[in-house]
Formats: sequence, C-alpha cells, structure tokens
Amino acid sequence: MIRYLIRRLLWALVLFFAVTVVTYVIFFLIPADPAQRACGQLQTQQCLEQAHHFLGLDRPVYVQYGKFFGRLLPFDFNGLAHGHSPIKMPSLGISFANRQQVNSIVGGAAPVTASLVFGGAVTWLLISIPIGILSALRPRSLLDRGAMMFVLIGISAHPVWIGLIFLYLFAFKVHIFPLGEYCNMINPPVGTSCGGPVQWFYHLILPWITFAILFAALYVRMIRANVIETLNEDYVRTARAKGAPESKVMRSHVLRNAMLPVVTMLGMDIALGLGGAIFTENVYDLPGLGRVLRLSLDNFDLPTTQGIVVFGTVAIIAFNLIVDLLYAAIDPRIRLS
Amino acid sequence: MALLDVRDLKTYFKTDDGIVKAVDGVTFSIEKGRTLGIVGESGSGKSVTCLTIMGLNAKRNTITTGEALFKEQDLLGMGMRRLRQIRGNDIAMIFQDPMTSLNPVHKIGNQLTEAVLLHQDVTKKQARARALELLKAVGIPRAERRVDDYPHQFSGGMRQRVMIAMALINDPDLLIADEPTTALDVTTQAQILNLMNKLQEEFGSAIIIITHDLGVVAETADDVLVMYAAEVVEQGPVNQIFSRPHMPYTWGLLGSLPRLDAETERLVQITGQPPSLLRPPSGCRFHPRCPYVMDVCKQTDPPLKPVTGDIDHYAACHLDEETKDREATKLLAGMVAEARTG
Ligand SMILES: Nc1ncnc2c1ncn2[C@@H]1O[C@H](COP(=O)(O)OP(=O)(O)O)[C@@H](O)[C@H]1O
Ligand SMILES: [Mg+2]
Repeated sequence: MIRYLIRRLLWALVLFFAVTVVTYVIFFLIPADPAQRACGQLQTQQCLEQAHHFLGLDRPVYVQYGKFFGRLLPFDFNGLAHGHSPIKMPSLGISFANRQQVNSIVGGAAPVTASLVFGGAVTWLLISIPIGILSALRPRSLLDRGAMMFVLIGISAHPVWIGLIFLYLFAFKVHIFPLGEYCNMINPPVGTSCGGPVQWFYHLILPWITFAILFAALYVRMIRANVIETLNEDYVRTARAKGAPESKVMRSHVLRNAMLPVVTMLGMDIALGLGGAIFTENVYDLPGLGRVLRLSLDNFDLPTTQGIVVFGTVAIIAFNLIVDLLYAAIDPRIRLS
Repeated sequence: MALLDVRDLKTYFKTDDGIVKAVDGVTFSIEKGRTLGIVGESGSGKSVTCLTIMGLNAKRNTITTGEALFKEQDLLGMGMRRLRQIRGNDIAMIFQDPMTSLNPVHKIGNQLTEAVLLHQDVTKKQARARALELLKAVGIPRAERRVDDYPHQFSGGMRQRVMIAMALINDPDLLIADEPTTALDVTTQAQILNLMNKLQEEFGSAIIIITHDLGVVAETADDVLVMYAAEVVEQGPVNQIFSRPHMPYTWGLLGSLPRLDAETERLVQITGQPPSLLRPPSGCRFHPRCPYVMDVCKQTDPPLKPVTGDIDHYAACHLDEETKDREATKLLAGMVAEARTG
C-alpha cells in the first residue's frame, strides 16, 4: 500500500514536470510577446525592454522555469535565512495581463468548473445508468433501439452545437432557462445579480446537460454492454440456481460486477471532462477555468495559462488516485502492491 | 413414484440461424438416493437437459415442451415463485467451471449463507455456522479462516468443493452436477468424485452427474443415460451398460476410455464430429459416423427398445441383437486383453 502510493506519487511528479515543461516550451516557441500587450500603444524599445525585465522575460527559459518551480514549493529558503517561517503558501505567480495573483484567479474559477464537471458527471450517470441497465435487460426492445439512437446522436454531436441549440430553444425562444451566466452557490460577490444554491442549480441545468450528453451516450453503451456480459456470467446462473429472486440477482450479483469498470472509467472521464468543460463554459459564458484559460491564451498570459495547467494536472492526478483507491476497495481482486 | 420423472423433454432455441433442437425428446427418471450418469460427447444436449429442468434457460428464445415431474409436481409448468423455492433447496446444481461459478466480489462465506437465508428462516449467525459446517464437510482446511476469503484466493479444486458445499447446504433431495470434474486435474478429479460419493451417503441426495467420461460414470453412477445429438440412445443400470452395451455409439465411448498402453491396437474409436443440431441427420442421428451403418439407419430413427434378457436396459439401434451381443463381447474382450497386456 505504502509502496503503491510512493510509486504513484513519483509518477505524478514525472507527469507534472512533463506537462509544465511542455507548456513553457510551447509558450516560448510561439512568436508572440506579452510585453507588446503590456506596452499597448507605447511600443518603444525602452518600454518593451522594461516590460521584459518587469515580467522576467529577459532571463533564460530555464531560469524562468526554475523561478516558477521555486514559487510552487511550499518552502521558503530565503525566509529561513532571514529568520521567517520556512513554510509558505505555494504561488502560481502573477498574471502578465492584469497583475492579479494567479492563485486567486484559479481559486475563483475552479469552483465554477468543479460545479460544471461534477454536476455534469452526476447528470450523465443519472441518465446512463437506468437507460443502460434497462436496455440491457430488454435487448432489441423499443427502449433499447431508442437508447441506441441516443448513443449515436450523443457521440456525434459537439457540445458547442448542443449548447447553442439549447440556448436558442430553451432560453431565447421559450424562456425556461437563463441565457448563460453563473451564480455562486454560497457567498455571491457583491454586485452580482444572483446567488444561492437554487439559482446556482437553475443556471447550471442547461450547461450540465450539454456537458453530459456525450458522456451519457458513451456510458449508456458501456453500461449496456457490461450488464449484458455480466448477465451471461456463470456466477449469475449460480445465483439463480440457488433460488435467488431476480431482483436480488440483479442487485447483488449483476450490477455490482457490471459497475466495476464504470468506476474506473469515471475517474478517467472526469479528467477528460475538465478539457471538455472549455467548450461548455464558453458557450454559456461561465467564468470557469476553461474560459480563463482561453482568455489567458489570447493575452499570452503565461503565468495564468501555466497556473491552470498546473492546477488541472494536480486535480487529475489526485482524482485518479482517489478512484484507484476506491476501485481497490470495491474489487477484492485488486490488491494495491 | 420416482423422485424426478422427465418425460419427452424438448428444448429448442430460436437463433438467427434457425431452430437449434438442443434436447429432442428425452425421457428418464431417477429414484431417491440414486445416482444417474448422463454421458455423451460435448454438444449432445446434456447441460441443456439439466438447465431446462432447473428452469435456467433464457426465456426469450427458448421453447420447452414435455414434463419434468419432481415429487409429482411439474417443474416446467409451475410458477417462478414456486420454482425458486425448489431451486437451491430441493434441487441444487453445480457447474463445470468452478473458476467462474462463484461471484468474484463476494466472500465465500457470504455466498454460502445467501443460499441458506434464501430458504431457511434462520439468523445470519446460524446461517454462518451452517456455512462453516459445510465447508468443513467438503474438506476445506482451516475453514474458520477461509470462510471470509474471496473466490480468487482458492484453487480450482477448492472452489469446486465450495460449490458442492453451497449445493448441499440446504440438504437437497436432488443434486445435479454438470461435469463437476472436467475442468480439474486428474488427482483433484478423483478427490472430488470421492467427496461426492461420501457426501451422498451422508446427505442421502439423489445425484445426476453429467460427464463425457464413462470412467466417471463407472465410479459414481447406478444408472446411465447415453445421449447423442439431443436424443437418448441407450439407457440402463450401470453394470448392464458396461457388460452388454447395445449401441455402437456407446461402444465408441467405451473404446475411447483412457488406455493403459497407448501402443496396443485401437478399439472402436468414434471418428468425425457430432452433427449440427440445427439440421440433424435423417434416420438414426449417429448413422454418418457409425461403422455398422445399414440402409434402414438412413431412413428411420430407431426407437428405444428394451434389450432382451436385461431389466430396464434400453437401446436405440437397428442392428439385430445377435450382432450387437457379438460385437459387444468382442469389444469387451479386447478391452480386457488390452488392460492385461498394458
Ligand atoms: N442458449 C442457447 N442458444 C442456442 N443454442 C444453444 C444454447 N445453449 C446450448 N445450445 C446448443 O445446444 C447444444 C447442446 O448443448 P449442451 O447441452 O451444452 O451440450 P453438452 O452435452 O456438451 O452439455 C449445443 O449444440 C449448443 O450449441
Ligand atoms: Mg455441457
């Protein structure tokens, strides 16, 4: 168990370096200069040099990366030398674009994306589990054929397209849902028009469904296949031969086994979903990580881009670890060693 | 009245290729405490016969006719609720592959107690005590500790013991064992067969043992049912089947009993493949593979006829009795000679 965790953490570290270094390299390969943005109208040599120096862009790439990494460490060796506490808050740096702490930019956007992704995951499970199971129990029935149609459409439809259609139909034509916008669940900032759990939920319904459709389609197909396969397992026949009623056979013998792979997939797909959230956030104008990422790319705002990449990577790694531990807990055949 | 009386049982599967007649008019009965061996090549309909009796075929594509009277009640006609009360309680079944027959996510003990709690009004604690008792009875070492292990922590032989424990836990009147030793190595096979014989004395259950191996029949059964291509081709008490087999297919099965010495001349060996049950051969279904085939065999399917001089011994073959007796004697003499030289 301990060894497993250590191995996982080492892998996470490798992954982390790979992802952040690649981001740096890509940034410096792109022929774009954040200093030009910073100087705006004043594109003089002097301003550009000052901006370069100010943003730290006049140092070699490896120095910049080293500084970035140093800021991330929770230890402050300078502070130690000056007699301060050696523990500090890891920092993602300061935005090139608006001089805000990237920590607070990410901190503000992360709950929005988390709401979208986790709520979306709940949505796609709520859709796919019952449909998947029912169509497995009645193959070739009307319901099953309908489900397969849904799968086909869901897999081929892009979230931006779905989002625009939803907005047109349910917000513009028929005013059942709001036209985008995000409401904080707790502590809405002053000056915002809405807040509280109810508004939060109401404003997220369309984004959740939009975000969930692709995964719901994939999951209907996967759950259906798993259940059909498990129904043919010898141990299911054993359970019936014991005299177990069909409801018990389903609950205790079929579903338990058929859902095991779903747990693993869920871990990976929520990670994937972080990427997919970019589209949904932009369609519905949700101030989440995806939209911030797009803006930061437009502004050549490396610290913000990198901050989101770092946060996303850590979130995915942590999430996969949790799912693996969960999987080991529910499948006795898996031993973490 | 027999414990189980199966009459003209037919099980047809509707498939995309047509109707598979997996069991086509099988009749047999088994008395309390006796052992019936059902023997035949793979694909002859042995498993489907027993799954039909247990009501374990998928309903969607299965057509079943005939009767299976268990204690005078027809298992095929009764409601699901009543059938569930009988399954696992009065009739229990164990399957060929012990590696896949236990649920991988549940502890052994819980799978055993589930069987008890489904049929008996006892507490969990009592059910668990019963589970332990059975695990000990089937010879699981350190049963107290292993009861909380998962199936993957057991070997194949041990899992089959667990399956037997699960089957016997409610003291069934009838135990159906579908090739219980086929997936096991030779030593384990012998252990499991001995265990079943021993437990039958203890529990007094009747047993239907399915096998493709006449050796297993010889060791366990009182009566034998030989199946070929969804039909019964010979049936009778085990000593009569072994001393006076009256059907070339049975000779073939006897001829393929393991030889002590492989160098000696081969006896009757069945060549070719069992026929498709989608389109079985005309007349006697064995005729395309039969070394004694005559014209009549291709036209008419021989009925099961009593073998003169024997009691309860039936065979379905157009050959005249003299020829059959002569060939059977030759075959058995050859086998004995071979056993001696080997
Ligand atoms: N559910 C099913 N659907 C279609 N065909 C089946 C089904 N189950 C068994 N069969 C066919 O029925 C025949 C008899 O099978 P089985 O009883 O399993 O043979 P065995 O004597 O080896 O136990 C085989 O040809 C098999 O392919
Ligand atoms: Mg079989």
